[in-house]
Formats: sequence, C-alpha cells, structure tokens
Amino acid sequence: MNLLCVAFFLFILGALLALLPGRGGDKTATLLGSGSAILGCLCGLVAAGQSLLGEGAETFFLPWSMPGGAFSLRLDGLSAFFLLPLFIVGLTGALYGAEYMKGGKERLRPGLHWTWYNLLILSMALVVTAANGLLFLFAWECMSLTSFFLVISEYDLAETVEAGWTYLLATHLGAAFLFAFFLSASAFSGSLEFASFQVLGQLSLPVASALFLLLLVGFGSKAGIFPFHVWLPDAHPAAPSHVSALMSGVMVKTAIYGLLRLSGFLPAGPAWWGGLLMAIGIIGALFGIAMAAMQRDVKRSLAYSTVENIGIILLALGFWMQSRANGHHIAAAFALAGGLIHLLNHALFKSLLFMGAGSLMHGSGSRDLNRMGGLMRRMPITGLLIVCGGLAISALPPFNGLIGEWFIYRALLESGTVLSGLAGFFPLVLIGLLALVGGMVIVVMTRIIGIALAGEPRSPEAARAHEAGWPMWSSMAGLALLCLAGGIMPVLLLQVAGRAATLLDPGAATLLADTAFEPWWLGIMAVVLLGCILAAYTLLRWRQGREPVPTSATWGCGFAFPSSRMSYSAESYTELPQSALFCSCLTPSTEDGRTIGFFPEVTRFFFAAPDPVLARLFKPFFRWAADVCSGFRGLQAGQLHVYLLYIFSATILLLFWVGQQ
Amino acid sequence: MDNYNPANLLLLLVILFNFFLLGSSRLGACIRTVAIQGGILSLLPLFLHGFTGHALILAGGAFLLKGLAIPFLLLRAIRQVHIKREMEPLLGYVPTLLLGTLATAGAFIFSDRLPLIEAHRGSLFIPVGLATLATGFLMLITRRKAITQALGYLIFENGVFIFGMLLAEAMPLMVEAGVLLDLLVAVFVMGIVMHQINREFSTMNTGQLSSLRE
Repeated sequence: MNLLCVAFFLFILGALLALLPGRGGDKTATLLGSGSAILGCLCGLVAAGQSLLGEGAETFFLPWSMPGGAFSLRLDGLSAFFLLPLFIVGLTGALYGAEYMKGGKERLRPGLHWTWYNLLILSMALVVTAANGLLFLFAWECMSLTSFFLVISEYDLAETVEAGWTYLLATHLGAAFLFAFFLSASAFSGSLEFASFQVLGQLSLPVASALFLLLLVGFGSKAGIFPFHVWLPDAHPAAPSHVSALMSGVMVKTAIYGLLRLSGFLPAGPAWWGGLLMAIGIIGALFGIAMAAMQRDVKRSLAYSTVENIGIILLALGFWMQSRANGHHIAAAFALAGGLIHLLNHALFKSLLFMGAGSLMHGSGSRDLNRMGGLMRRMPITGLLIVCGGLAISALPPFNGLIGEWFIYRALLESGTVLSGLAGFFPLVLIGLLALVGGMVIVVMTRIIGIALAGEPRSPEAARAHEAGWPMWSSMAGLALLCLAGGIMPVLLLQVAGRAATLLDPGAATLLADTAFEPWWLGIMAVVLLGCILAAYTLLRWRQGREPVPTSATWGCGFAFPSSRMSYSAESYTELPQSALFCSCLTPSTEDGRTIGFFPEVTRFFFAAPDPVLARLFKPFFRWAADVCSGFRGLQAGQLHVYLLYIFSATILLLFWVGQQ
Repeated sequence: MDNYNPANLLLLLVILFNFFLLGSSRLGACIRTVAIQGGILSLLPLFLHGFTGHALILAGGAFLLKGLAIPFLLLRAIRQVHIKREMEPLLGYVPTLLLGTLATAGAFIFSDRLPLIEAHRGSLFIPVGLATLATGFLMLITRRKAITQALGYLIFENGVFIFGMLLAEAMPLMVEAGVLLDLLVAVFVMGIVMHQINREFSTMNTGQLSSLRE
C-alpha cells in the first residue's frame, strides 16, 4: 500500500512538473511527464504484484474534509487484478507516447498532455482502490474529465471536438445513474463507506434488481456495452494512440470493475441478471465485430473490436452469474475465470494493437487503411508486432487470447452437456454465436494486416513510410512478449484471475485452484507451435535467399497496367460478409457509382458505415429532447431584474413553505 | 419587552424610510435616506446589548460604512454621471409602494408563525428585518438604473443587519466585519460597472446588459 501511495505521489508530481517548462520546453516536459508516469507505474506494479502474491487486503486512510466522504483506500485481490493491466499499459503507453508526441502532429502541448496523462492514470488507480462511494465518484469524474481532455488533443479538428462532446455527454449521463445508485445505496446503508455496503445484501429482490440495473446502465455507458457504446468508435480514433490504448485497454475495464465490485454488495441475484448480461454481451459482440469489419479507419475498426471484446467479457460474467444462481458451480468457475482472463488479455493485446495502429499512422500519415499498404516491408518491427497482436486478438495460439476464450467455451460446453432440454440448448447456441464472432475477428484482423501491411503502397505517403523510433516499438514489443508469456504459461493468468475470483466467488476460486482444470497442455501446444512457426520462417528465409522473389503490383483483374489502386480495398475485403451475413440494419450507406453505357462517364463510389445506434436511436432522441427543452430558453431572459424576481419569488415561496411546517 | 422600546421606535422609523425609498424618484434623497437608515441601524446594537466592546465596534463599523463611506461614494458617483432621477421604473411608484405594504404586512404575519425562542417572540426585529429584505428586493426588481440597484443591495444588507442583531452575541465579529467589507466591495464594483455601462452604452440602464446574454 505504501508503494501505491508513492506511485500516487509520483503521478501528482509528474502532472505538476510537466507544466513547469511551459512553452518552448517541450522536450523537458515530455521527459518529466513521461518519466514520472513510468516510475509511478513501476512502483504501482510492484505494489499490485505484492498484493496479488500476498493474502488479505490492505487499507489506507487519510483525513479528507468532505461531508459524507472519506479518503479511504483498500487494496485487495480484485483491485490488484485491475491495477496490473493499468500499470502495464500506463507504463508502456508513457514510453510510447514520449516518442509519439514528438511527431508535432498533435496540437496539444506536450506539457499539458503529460499532465492529463498522469492524472488519468492516477484517477483510474483511485477508482479501483477507492473504498468510499464519494471518493469513488470523485475519482470516476476525474477519470472522465482527464480522458476527455486527452481525447480532444487535436482540438482544431471539428470531428475530434464532436467526438469529445459525444464522449463527455455519454460519460456524464452514465455518471448520473451511478449517482442515483450511490445515493439510494447510502440511504439503505447509512454511509458511503464500502464497508457499510454489506447491509445491502439484505435488500429485497425488486429493490436489488433496480440497483443492479442502475449499475448496469451507469457502468455500461463507460464500458461501451451495447447500446451505450456510441461514444467509443468516435473517441478512440480521435485520441493520441497511446491514450486510445489506455482508454480501450484499461479505462473501459474500470467500469467492469465497478460493476463487479458494487454488484458484489447486492444480494446474490436471480438467474435473469446473468441472462440479461449474456444477452447484452452476445449482441454487443456480434454488433461490434460486424461494425469493425466495415470501417476503413484502422483505429475505428479497433474501437469497434473493443465493443466486441467487452461483449465477450460481459457474456462470460453473465454466464457466471447465471450458472451460480442455477447452482452449476463448475460452469460458473470456468465462466468467471474466462471472463477475468479475457479482460486481462484484452488490455494487453488491444493496447498493443492501438499502439501498432498509431505507429502505422505515424509512418504513413493517415488512419485510412486505403492509404496504407506495403508497410510490412517498410516497418518490419511494427508489422511483426501487429501480426502478434492480431493473432492474440483472434484467440490463436501461441498467444494469450486463446486462454480466456478457451475457458469461456469450456464453461458453455460444460453446461451445454450437463443440462438437458432447452436449458442446455442455449449455451450451445451461444457457442455457435461466439464461434461466429471469433471467425469475424479473424476477418477483421486479416483485413487490417492484409490491407495495411501486405501488398504495395496505396499512397505516396505510405511509400515513404519509416519505422517508428525505439521507444515506440520497444513498448509494443514488451506488450507482445507479455501476450506470448500468457499464451505459453496459462497457469500464470489462471492464478492472477483466481486471486481476484476469491473475492467475487470463493467457491469458484477453490474449484479453479484445483490443478485438474489447469490448461497446461495449451501452453505446451503454444511452445510447439511457436517452434514450428520459427522453423518454417527460417526455412522460408533460407529458400528466399537462394532464389529471390520478383515484386510487382497486386493482381489487378486483368488490367493492362495494374496499379496498387486496383487491388482489394478495405471495403471490398469484407463485401461478402456485408452482403451475405449482416442484417439490413447494419448495411452501410453506399452511393453507387455504376458504369452505364459503352462510353461511361466518370463515376464515383462512396461508402460510409456510421453507427446505426447513434444515427437511428440516440441522435433522434436527443434532437427531440432538445426541441422539448428549448421551450425553457424563455426563462433565460438576460434581464437582471427578471433573475432577481426569480430569486425573490423563490425566497417568498420557501418562507411560506417554512411557515406551513 | 421593555428594554426593546427605544429599539422598537428606531425599527418603526426604518419601516417608514423603507416606504419613502420605494416611493421616491429623487436619487440624492434616496441615498441620504439609506444613509440615515444605516445610521439608525448602527445604534441598534447599543440599545440591544449595552455598551459592551463588541457592540461598540459593531456600531462604529456600521455607522462608518453604512452611514458615511458608502453614501459618500454613491453621492460622488451620481455627481460624476450627472443623474438626479430614476426615470421610467419597470413598475410605477404607487404599485411598488402597494407591494411594499403587502410585503411588510406579510412579514408581520409570517414572523408570528415562526418557531422562535421565547426571548425573541413578539419583538419587532424579525418582521422589520424581513420587510426591509423585501423592500431591497422590490427595489432591485423594479428599478433600472445601476445606482438604484446598488441602493437595493444596501437596503437588502440593512435587512440582513437587523436580523443579525438578534444573533450578535453568538456571531463572531469577523463574520459581521466580513459582511460589511463585502458590501463595500460590492459598492465599488457597482461603481466600476456603472462607469463602464455609462461609457459603453451611453446610459446607465442595466437593461442594456441583456445584450450580453449567451
């Protein structure tokens, strides 16, 4: 705990020091800001590691003159489990950002950027360690605000600012539900201390269900669960890449933490709570990955993939709740382990991919997949690391993505085989849907790799692309190595998740500690596969060395002079699933440019895949709400006398009210 | 009750001045009336609490600021901007006076219903305080000129002062000093605002400020 406080202190120090150099001192600011973020994350990692290795919980208390609040922190297995990815991604992000921000493309001065960055890590660490409702909300709001300022780094672009507003609106509407939860919870418990929330366990089922729904909406808007994900695909591309990594890898997970931690105080819920989570989860996963397949902006595609992964995590956690409520303890244990491991894994490989996308942007000067191409040859290290991340996210060995999903599949299979009738049918359907999601993930990742990395450059900028500096690729390499380590030693992931599971479900944790469930053979398989890949690579290089391969443009459908513009574009790559698989509500808007006649005119083809939920649900709703509320604008007269009249009338009314009592 | 009698006389005077302020259009007279009202109020702590150190400081401070300093500043301000009358109030003088009467009656009725401690029951302090507050509010709402607005705030503060009298023993001197200082600063700010409005819009009507909204 002391080390964690040192880390907190370092973040505050870094936030202040980064401001000191002011204009012109960009290099010093970067050094101070990222340096203290890195040091703080190292301290925090040691603290989280100690807590994960040890037993029990540590508490920390500071006097805080805030009515109803107290600065009380608590570091237990669950907090440490979430601190681990936070500090890993925070550390690599700081290293990455130190180089990334040098590009001069970001308009935000590095000093201010590093202030927000340090404060964002600090507030996220506070969110997962807070043991008081008010402190939690305080840290939660700080997290929202600092990340908002990081999102609008390039504030001179209109779309960035719009993304920022959407994000701020979504996150504040979500926070309103959290306020409602904490107010009603403290009304029952008499205090905002988490320790006193234990009495919530005695609530009746309807009240507890209402509180659970408040939590689900409140945290859901931050976690990006369907249909509250609308801010995510806009905000992630707008932010600098290491910030996208931190937001997508860790910040959305703090919402899962809040959901787990606070719903743990409620009485053990009925099966439909889990069922609801599962339904939202699988719909979100299918929706997210379908949208990811249609985006030509590489970071937008990755952002939708985050929606998909949050869906998978939610599916697993929902299945855990449902199985526990129905008394299927083995399936519950598998589902819980799967959800937690996938959560940890996603933090690692999604950060890796976002940083990789940032390096591609850095190299080729665009987020548009159709303006990349041929980058594997120009940015070999980045390219290799992106392929590693792609393998991990597609749940392919020898990387870590497989382990979490294996547990989730095991859980579904377990209850699908044990249960009979319709009850056993649903898990099997879910297996099919999850496999569909997994297949689509491979489509999305081969699309990014194939269009951006393989082939010939599709723009002059891409042809001039250069490898990223060492801080950028080394931080990505660190994440990739962690992904590999997780794939080779699944037992590590299982133990870390088991420590968090002891707090959520002690029964499941004891089951998981049983070595019979340990997927050690997955690790051995990963090692064998890794050996095979290395051997094949060596063989290929040896053969290539003997007879060099001629290079030419991609096959251009038989045109006489093929150029890279005629090769498969990002949109055409996923045309088949678009036309054959997706339901009509997802269909992208295209402006068809068919060629007619023998001597066709110049034609154009437009393709856009805006978020259907945002475009058809939220935008009309908010427009309607704005219309209704604009009637109140008359109250804002702008006349001092009228405002004074309001105050006077309010005072008189209050006095009458007091007189009545 | 008996020891309140001289104080009660003063308080009745305060109410009469309230009515005068609501009904008069001459700015100079209004400022002087507020000054006299402030001076009367500054005597109250002495009647209420005797010649203790606390009461003396309170009375002296109030007299200096309410009776002398602020009226002096306001008189100087109207000399500088050459205005003598409040023209075209938002609500005429007679309706304002009627409203003021209603508010004063309401204050007396209301203060009877308040759950007061025995010592304050039936005293004039609370109804007069409320009535003065209402007068200040009416002044603020119905007048256009920045200077009458400043007067409104002053009357408002006088009401607060009357209320505070009952608590003078419990209230630390610092609080009262703080309120007086706030008032002084407010008048300064009002003076600056007046000057600026006058320069920017060639008028002293605060109504022009509505062009600043949104």
